[in-house]
Amino acid sequence: MGTPGEGLGRCSHALIRGVPESLASGEGAGAGLPALDLAKAQREHGVLGGKLRQRLGLQLLELPPEESLPLGPLLGDTAVIQGDTALITRPWSPARRPEVDGVRKALQDLGLRIVEIGDQNATLDGTDVLFTGREFFVGLSKWTNHRGAEIVADTFRDFAVSTVPVSGPSHLRGLCGMGGPRTVVAGSSDAAQKAVRAMAVLTDHPYASLTLPDDAAADCLFLRPGLPGVPPFLLHRGGGDLPNSQEALQKLSDVTLVPVSCSELEKAGAGLSSLCLVLSTRPHS
Amino acid sequence: MTTEVGSASEVKKDSSQLGTDATKEKPKEVAENQQNQSSDPEEEKGSQPPPAAESQSSLRRQKREKETSESRGISRFIPPWLKKQKSYTLVVAKDGGDKKEPTQAVVEEQVLDKEEPLPEEQRQAKGDAEEMAQKKQEIKVEVKEEKPSVSKEEKPSVSKVEMQPTELVSKEREEKVKETQEDKLEGGAAKRETKEVQTNELKAEKASQKVTKKTKTVQCKVTLLDGTEYSCDLEKHAKGQVLFDKVCEHLNLLEKDYFGLLFQESPEQKNWLDPAKEIKRQLRNLPWLFTFNVKFYPPDPSQLTEDITRYFLCLQLRQDIASGRLPCSFVTHALLGSYTLQAELGDYDPEEHGSIDLSEFQFAPTQTKELEEKVAELHKTHRGLSPAQADSQFLENAKRLSMYGVDLHHAKDSEGVDIKLGVCANGLLIYKDRLRINRFAWPKILKISYKRSNFYIKVRPAELEQFESTIGFKLPNHRAAKRLWKVCVEHHTFYRLVSPEQPPKAKFLTLGSKFRYSGRTQAQTRQASTLIDRPAPHFERTSSKRVSRSLDGAPIGVMDQSLMKDFPGAAGEISAYGPGLVSIAVVQDGDGRREVRSPTKAPHLQLIEGKELDKAQEDILKHQASISELKRNFMESTPEPRPNEWEKRRITPLSLQTQGRKGDHLFKDILSVKEKYLMPTTRTVEEKAQETDKSSHETLNIVEEKKRAEVGKDERVITEEMNGKEISPGSGPGEIRKVEPVTQKDSTSLSSESSSSSSESEEEDVGEYRPHHRVTEGTIREEQEYEEEVEEEPRPAAKVVEREEAVPEASPVTQAGASVITVETVIQENVGAQKIPGEKSVHEGALKQDMGEEAEEEPQKVNGEVSHVDIDVLPQIICCSEPPVVKTEMVTISDASQRTEISTKEVPIVQTETKTITYESPQIDGGAGGDSGTLLTAQTITSESVSTTTTTHITKTVKGGISETRIEKRIVITGDGDIDHDQALAQAIREAREQHPDMSVTRVVVHKETELAEEGED
Repeated sequence: MGTPGEGLGRCSHALIRGVPESLASGEGAGAGLPALDLAKAQREHGVLGGKLRQRLGLQLLELPPEESLPLGPLLGDTAVIQGDTALITRPWSPARRPEVDGVRKALQDLGLRIVEIGDQNATLDGTDVLFTGREFFVGLSKWTNHRGAEIVADTFRDFAVSTVPVSGPSHLRGLCGMGGPRTVVAGSSDAAQKAVRAMAVLTDHPYASLTLPDDAAADCLFLRPGLPGVPPFLLHRGGGDLPNSQEALQKLSDVTLVPVSCSELEKAGAGLSSLCLVLSTRPHS
Repeated sequence: MTTEVGSASEVKKDSSQLGTDATKEKPKEVAENQQNQSSDPEEEKGSQPPPAAESQSSLRRQKREKETSESRGISRFIPPWLKKQKSYTLVVAKDGGDKKEPTQAVVEEQVLDKEEPLPEEQRQAKGDAEEMAQKKQEIKVEVKEEKPSVSKEEKPSVSKVEMQPTELVSKEREEKVKETQEDKLEGGAAKRETKEVQTNELKAEKASQKVTKKTKTVQCKVTLLDGTEYSCDLEKHAKGQVLFDKVCEHLNLLEKDYFGLLFQESPEQKNWLDPAKEIKRQLRNLPWLFTFNVKFYPPDPSQLTEDITRYFLCLQLRQDIASGRLPCSFVTHALLGSYTLQAELGDYDPEEHGSIDLSEFQFAPTQTKELEEKVAELHKTHRGLSPAQADSQFLENAKRLSMYGVDLHHAKDSEGVDIKLGVCANGLLIYKDRLRINRFAWPKILKISYKRSNFYIKVRPAELEQFESTIGFKLPNHRAAKRLWKVCVEHHTFYRLVSPEQPPKAKFLTLGSKFRYSGRTQAQTRQASTLIDRPAPHFERTSSKRVSRSLDGAPIGVMDQSLMKDFPGAAGEISAYGPGLVSIAVVQDGDGRREVRSPTKAPHLQLIEGKELDKAQEDILKHQASISELKRNFMESTPEPRPNEWEKRRITPLSLQTQGRKGDHLFKDILSVKEKYLMPTTRTVEEKAQETDKSSHETLNIVEEKKRAEVGKDERVITEEMNGKEISPGSGPGEIRKVEPVTQKDSTSLSSESSSSSSESEEEDVGEYRPHHRVTEGTIREEQEYEEEVEEEPRPAAKVVEREEAVPEASPVTQAGASVITVETVIQENVGAQKIPGEKSVHEGALKQDMGEEAEEEPQKVNGEVSHVDIDVLPQIICCSEPPVVKTEMVTISDASQRTEISTKEVPIVQTETKTITYESPQIDGGAGGDSGTLLTAQTITSESVSTTTTTHITKTVKGGISETRIEKRIVITGDGDIDHDQALAQAIREAREQHPDMSVTRVVVHKETELAEEGED
């Protein structure tokens, strides 16, 4: 289990999934998705992969895009990974449920313990789950229900799993994230602040909290891929996407900021936490 | 009351039997024994009426004597009068006596006796009673707590008087001996004979005591964390602390504040044994089976000082994990399991361990082969870790588990949804299923309370809110609510406070549990731990494998729940701690004597820590020499004397901080006696209530004074007892005061409460605890300690009733719930006395103080009284007690464990009116002065007839060269509707005069209690 909080962000691999053309066309992705620039989206996705591999030095696995799964790139919704365990989710959208298959296979191949949700009443989107290194928060949102949260608790028994009501259309991770082992970053929207307050009440551990002007900026990834002594990275939305939040992010010390852009993908509901899965194949070493 | 009734009848028999034997002897002895003889005839009359349930003390005595007689032929040697006394109602000592005794003196001496560990006699008596019927005991216990409720007015006095005799017995003996000696000196031939007889008697009694002593003990079985069982014999009235200390000593555990003893109240509920309370009371009729467990999980086990402490914590956690109480992931199960193997087996050895069947260990609630393989795999990686290091690693990982140290309680939220409340070091956690849905850190909680089966927390307003909010939870039952509340109080205190808070300052008329955690806080225990300077004790890590086997293969997980059940049967089979297993260097500090048990061969794993291995035994011995001292110091470093405070709080509703233990003990004893005494009354009341008849209680106290009246004291006592509550001014410190709270409450200030309660017919249990604010952090005011006490009333009553039916004698009472008249006759004889005891005064002081403490409610008053009493013994206590009208309410019983709701709901509220009238003869002077004199003898005789119960208490005291015999007669008349009180009184006085023509009546107190209205609301 390691030192509290140290488990956060430890990773050796990153998993992403290519952007299908269907994402741009909006077909099968459900109504409401604005049209987006496919090329730009794919470019953003490519840059993200590059940063993960080259900047952070992770082993990158990229699943091929599937046209039948327009939201396939948002694989962060399909699994919750902590340590050597991957909980394969049951996304709220029935159309997205097939997305888990490819992810499951990949994770299995990486040697993770796979946990499935058998309960047909449970819905769980992976991006409603925030792992702080010491505990889990599961947003009870439009996408995730109590039963789904309960399964998270059942799966990761070592940790406290608290539920956080999330209002609005967002996932929990769309409102907040971890800027460090003891730092929660959150957007400034009411929903985000509300969620953070709830978390503050629920936690046994004191976290510092950093408020960013943009909710989307809070969707960042604290990653510790490297060797001991090497400062961890914070993968975050860059100035091109969210200029207002850059200054605040500078307040985070002890991390190397790695800005990326995904403004086009964001139109499809993507965030950094949904565009990649990171894991460590030797979580306990 | 049950006890009383039963015993009474038995006593009769005994007495009759004895009587035959003794009869022969009587003549002589009687003559010798001044007191008895003269009174004999009269007494006989008195005795005719079957002994009533009145004085328990008498019962005890009887029992004791009974034992004596039964157990040995020695009974023959016992002076007949002694026996007679029991059976006979009145024993009046004539002048010939050498003694005169002021009641006070008596009381004081009682105190002394009590202070001693326990009056043997009392114990015996109790023990006997218990033996006779466990239920009885329980009843008594429960009754104690009732005090506050019913008709306390009467009881106090009665109890006091009665208790005296019992305790006095021992003194009597002593004094008799003294007398004997003295007599010899004087050279009175006739007296010699007497002396001899008495001496014999003494011996006999002593012998009997010894014999009976053994019978008083109860065997306790404690399941230890390694699955073995420790058994020991405990005195029946031992407090939890005694057992706990024994267990810790057995375990060689110094950092014991993290631990506690559990007993299983029901299949679902386990309760912590309160160290400050008598075990018997807590168990009620449960078997004396306990499990030794961690009570407060150290948030950081690495801060524990000793490895042995960590070891026990590991054992606890292994149980918790195996039982599923502490959920873990697969990986964690494997990791923790591997540390367990490392600690128990040492480094992985392919040859030795490769063949070990890990399925015999239990690493998880459901254990798979995969897990075992993983455990074995990880075990290999721990090479080089010592057992202690492995334990530490185990703990480092276990402590991070989210449910580590969380005590879960089932409940429902305000919407009826099933949730769990988890009490932990940091506060209160709310779970729904496995999810944490809310959390209340201690700092956020303003108040914790419970009322009936509801549990409430009052929370600080959130950032953006303005108002405090109170959140309620519904627990399965009242006891669960209370249990949760207690756990919260304890956890808060242990983890959050530097030192236990002061017991709630008794506010005027507050109800509620006064429960507080009185043990050491974590801060304190840590500090104390730093003082530990003994070499790491040897201890053997028992293989968890073996443990599971010992339970017949029952998985440990199951063990958790089934343990208790299996216990009774399995107890015998599972030898306490296998001889072979104990390879511990045991330091017994009692005498500084230590035994080093050479590491005996343990099954296969003997794990002794490396460092210790090199130490020569000599070294160990050296160290151990000082260990006992260390240990003692360690123990003593406890900031506050817990037991004391506990007792006080528990006992006294209005408790104030008191002085020493002595006081407490005394207190307790008194109370117990009182309570016992109360039973009958209670019964009556209840019956009345049931019948919905109006009834009245009248108590007449008649004090006769013969010759010189030094009676002042006596009277005072009586008065106090009787009137104490109502008559504030002169009233001596009496147990009455304890009662006061209730009474007052009912009648006065707590109008709201009383009204509500009365209307509801069910008294609610309430407990409040305010974690913060105010100085001590605690304005914790609980309302209802009293309630705790009261709670239990009903049950006893019920039982009593049954009993009564069984016993013909009691039937009358039952039939007509009516009025009770108590007549106390006190006859004093003054005779030249030889001794002037200086001790008495001291005792008195103590007593008074105690009482004063008890009376906390009205501190000023009490103090005043106390001082008053001390200084001048003769308080002329107001002849006329003001007739207070008190509405007495039967309080609800909430807590009752087994007797669940029945009691709660069915407790009738009886409103009664109580009047106390005291007639005091003018003669009574303050002459007795400050000194109370030496108590020579005291006896209590009880007789019972259909409608009356007569208790006679005879005490002889020597004071200032004058012996005084004092007879207090209490007659309780129970009847329907109207009783001619005047007539009854006249009758009582007349009888007293007739019976003791040579004595004078110094005081008559009439105590009348009338049931105003019965509210049959159930």
